[in-house]
Amino acid sequence: MGGYFSDIFNGSKSLLIGMGITFREFFKPIVTVQYPYQTIKMSARFRGHIELIADEEGKPKCVSCGMCERACPSGCITLGSVSVEIEVDGKMKKKKVLSKYDLDFTKCSLCGQCVENCNFGAIEFSKEYNLASSNKEDFHFNLLKRLEERNV
Amino acid sequence: MSAPIQLQPGETFILNVGPQHPATHGVLRVKMEMDGEYIVKAETVLGYVHRMHEKMGENRTYAQYLPNLSRLDYLGALGYTHGHVLLIERAAGIEVPERAEYIRAITVELNRLASHLFWFGCYVMDLGGFSPLMYALEDREYILDMLEAVTGARLTYCYYRFGGLYNDVDDDFIEAANRFIPRMRKSLKKYAALVTGNIIFQKRLEGIGHISAEMCRKYGATGAVARGSGIDFDVRKNEPYSVYPEFDFDIPVYHECDSMARFKVRMDEMEQSLRIIEQGLAKLPGGPIMAEKKPKNIKLPVGDFYQAVETARGSFGIRIVSDGDKNAYRLKLRSPTYSNMHLFDEACEGMMIMDALAFMGSLDLVIPEIDR
Repeated sequence: MGGYFSDIFNGSKSLLIGMGITFREFFKPIVTVQYPYQTIKMSARFRGHIELIADEEGKPKCVSCGMCERACPSGCITLGSVSVEIEVDGKMKKKKVLSKYDLDFTKCSLCGQCVENCNFGAIEFSKEYNLASSNKEDFHFNLLKRLEERNV
Repeated sequence: MSAPIQLQPGETFILNVGPQHPATHGVLRVKMEMDGEYIVKAETVLGYVHRMHEKMGENRTYAQYLPNLSRLDYLGALGYTHGHVLLIERAAGIEVPERAEYIRAITVELNRLASHLFWFGCYVMDLGGFSPLMYALEDREYILDMLEAVTGARLTYCYYRFGGLYNDVDDDFIEAANRFIPRMRKSLKKYAALVTGNIIFQKRLEGIGHISAEMCRKYGATGAVARGSGIDFDVRKNEPYSVYPEFDFDIPVYHECDSMARFKVRMDEMEQSLRIIEQGLAKLPGGPIMAEKKPKNIKLPVGDFYQAVETARGSFGIRIVSDGDKNAYRLKLRSPTYSNMHLFDEACEGMMIMDALAFMGSLDLVIPEIDR
């Protein structure tokens, strides 16, 4: 019988303690960000989808070696290149030039192996995260076109 | 108008819980044969999120398989990647710098804390309390921010590499972690007063969901489920790996075998994780974070390799049978929740349905990890 009454007493006390805690928490400042009115800056290492990096002339740094394509676990990168003759020091030399760099973001798992395997520092992570769409085609990125658009 | 259906005495009916039910925390389906409010027989049905992770491991190179492992258990992802890299490093004979191993231990423990915090919040919400979830998520947010700054992702990290790490930690991380530890200790006290001491919470968990040590052995249960049944087993202590032998920490064990015991084990584990993080930050050596001698394309020697690690949910094992190629001949993942969950069928016989759901929460199930 004593257990019954002590249970009532201790139980009510525990409820009051809990209420005290929630009451104090109630007056603490709001910690949530009011998205989409407020946004936070992504951290420097945030891994978004990839983007090509341009050199001084605005051309992609990529030499189309295909390391990223091979490293990708999901096979979401497709590269294309054409051979063009350019003049270097008065001589005509053949050089591979990137003609296509497609990213199928629907398959990408954002592991970052492509960036890590790139020996020329030609790709980087985008900080873009507002990528919602109901159209699948919106996630097939033509990175060369995106680079040109950024240059303009 | 049809007459209401009358059950005959002794007649049972089937209640289908899930696969889309908030209390199962994922796509788990439980077929329950009910006698009124009492469960006569329960049958868990799996396979709704089966993604063939084991088969993928056999078709990809070892490095390409890295992102898969954080998709097993999205709440405690780093522990699973840790097991994989440890196994490959041991099999291929790669020496890991000490700094890298320390950072691995610190980040794994942070991730364990984040996982336990999320479980704690959701578990109390299962039982009808909403505020603790918000407080737990606020604390968890600090951990996710820290890990995001270091790894670049919030859930599916893919941070460890064979022979080291993807990125080094910076001073900001160490400062943030040092600031977080006292804050978390204060929060744990708050949770103890708000939830553990709460009479309604206690009455709903004490003596409910009895799992004997014998049953744990029978089903191969590990982690907090086994430690709540008096089995003093933790891979970090019993089969030490990484730098864990250099840390001073205890393994909480409770002998009550009920849901409350499992709850207390996890709450105590959070405190122990904080101790490990504190020691790790104090001892953190300098130096490189990547092994110097590392083959470009990793091929394992012919053989059979196994590595167990203690994740937030229990003992996770990864076994690779290699035929000397650049991908595994057979890859087997031993997931802790798969074993822990199978207790449910036997343990909940004769239980009332709301007790059974309170009991299920104490097992800390993450369904994508069961189905793999």
